[in-house]
Amino acid sequence: MKTKIIRKQDMTGLLNNLIQEYEVFAPVKRDDLVIFDRIGSDKDVSLEYTNSIKPPKEILFPQSETLFTCGSIGDAASIEVPVSEERPRLLFGIRPCDARSFLLLDKVFNEENHRDVYYLSRRNDMMVIAIGCIKPRATCFCTSVGGGPFSSQGSDLLLVDIGDDYIIQVITDKGSRLVEKVGVADAGENKLALMKMVIQEAELSMSPQIKTDGLKEKLDSAFDDPIWGSLTEKCLSCGICTYLCPSCYCFDIIDEVTDSKGERIRIWDSCQFPLFTLQASGSNPRPTNKERHRQRVMHKFSYCVDNYGQVSCVGCGRCVIECPVNLDIRQVLTTISNR
Amino acid sequence: MNNPYLPSPMRIEGIVTETEDRNIKTFSLSFLDRGNEAVFKYIPGQFAELSVLGKGEAPFGIASSPTQKGIIEFTVNKIGLLTTALHNMEPGETVGIRGPLGNGYPLTTLQDKNVVIIGGGFGFSTLRALTTFLLDKSNRNSFNNITVIYGARSPGLLLYKDELREWEKRADLQLYVTVDKGDKDWEGRVGFIPAITKEIAPRADNAYVLVCGPPAMIRFTLPVIEELGFPPERTLLSLEMRMKCGLGKCGRCNIGSKYVCRDGPVFTLAELNRLPREY
Repeated sequence: MKTKIIRKQDMTGLLNNLIQEYEVFAPVKRDDLVIFDRIGSDKDVSLEYTNSIKPPKEILFPQSETLFTCGSIGDAASIEVPVSEERPRLLFGIRPCDARSFLLLDKVFNEENHRDVYYLSRRNDMMVIAIGCIKPRATCFCTSVGGGPFSSQGSDLLLVDIGDDYIIQVITDKGSRLVEKVGVADAGENKLALMKMVIQEAELSMSPQIKTDGLKEKLDSAFDDPIWGSLTEKCLSCGICTYLCPSCYCFDIIDEVTDSKGERIRIWDSCQFPLFTLQASGSNPRPTNKERHRQRVMHKFSYCVDNYGQVSCVGCGRCVIECPVNLDIRQVLTTISNR
Repeated sequence: MNNPYLPSPMRIEGIVTETEDRNIKTFSLSFLDRGNEAVFKYIPGQFAELSVLGKGEAPFGIASSPTQKGIIEFTVNKIGLLTTALHNMEPGETVGIRGPLGNGYPLTTLQDKNVVIIGGGFGFSTLRALTTFLLDKSNRNSFNNITVIYGARSPGLLLYKDELREWEKRADLQLYVTVDKGDKDWEGRVGFIPAITKEIAPRADNAYVLVCGPPAMIRFTLPVIEELGFPPERTLLSLEMRMKCGLGKCGRCNIGSKYVCRDGPVFTLAELNRLPREY
């Protein structure tokens, strides 16, 4: 792996260089919150953050998006798909867990035979520059689900904060072309030694929080276990765990009509909502919290393993932090593991 | 790149009110752009998303057979927003279609086999498509004996009545139509599908059985089928779930790790036995 180095004060130049060529999204401070938004200059960027409340998935998969507009459904000529004239997107300063989530979303939206043109139109030329976590939060469990505070999966470049400088780990060819173009120096031996220490310290601060050995088999055999009822009794079905999850992708498709124009819109949906699976006949295969919460856990830790070969959780801990009744997915998994 | 979310426009060529209560109608549709017909290659058992712009779209099993050229049929039960909008439409108006979706019935597996078809109520529509396909001149010789058992709650709720009369006359099809409760004009069979199936006792050797119908019918029919000697590998069911995308992405129609829209809607009982009971 190639490693480059850049002084923190020189990031200004680098960022402004990137803004010339890309639509750059970066962590931005709004009131007390950090969100990912388009930036017009390097001054908007705030890299001093643990993680954002909302994941950056909406940059690829917006909460609401128009699939097409139409004057009348019979008039094929009137169907118009919104075309983006935008430049390629660059995500700067996202966390490694969120960068990994894109690889999981890719499996769903870039599935052979059913490629999702809307997602791929944003994803195809996208560049990801992640920044490693020197201070993981107590709720972070990326190391339990195959990631880590300095995991490079899903990133083109990974920044490591070593004090006055950032080490730039060059992960992909795309990332390599970018650093060659902007011209940054190679990292020296002593700086690399410093980087290793920083990474080690962060990794040591994290302890395993879920027993993942044989977890899928445990879950599969515990499907009918009555424990699901008591584990999920306090769930309010608010859906925040799914909305804030970087790897949740369930959606609804609805129509809206305004004056003379119709729009077909895709919006985020949640497996935690009672209406999600309610059939027109009145039958509902997941009528209570128990079935719905079990679906969320099983989907992430069993069904996605069957379908895509990996768990669909990056361990960001947002669902743990923001759940209004402290329903902690780590505890749910641990309880099932111990059955 | 092909956009799987875009509907193609179809004209309503004809509407048949199937049932006495007028709640079930069959729509015959044709593509406005004839070129789309060649692209829309389907087999019985597949489904499609029908759109009425401003109301949305919903999945419907295809009720016609690909041997019927020029039209595609859907039998629609008026039960929600979109189906009510469809029921209020007239011939000449247009709807959107997206598909074909799902796996359909395993036609090559059924070749040279005896085929037993058991349909209840509204669930008969894709089995009607299959029966029409099997009976077509160009296909009939590829399949052995065909038995169709079809039941509805009352004579007034039987679908495809003209076709049933035609099928009655055929020597190359054993057709058994039954109703749960007859009326003064009904001279046919009366009895629930499980009981009628037991009575007719179709032979299981070299045979596949295909079942579609309401949950209660399926629950009581499966034990009868098992008793008759049909193994789970040769028992096929077509399932229904709430769906949106039809592409295995939107996340709601799964049973365990299988999506009914993408991996189904047709499953063998053996496959279903390996999945959690969440349907």
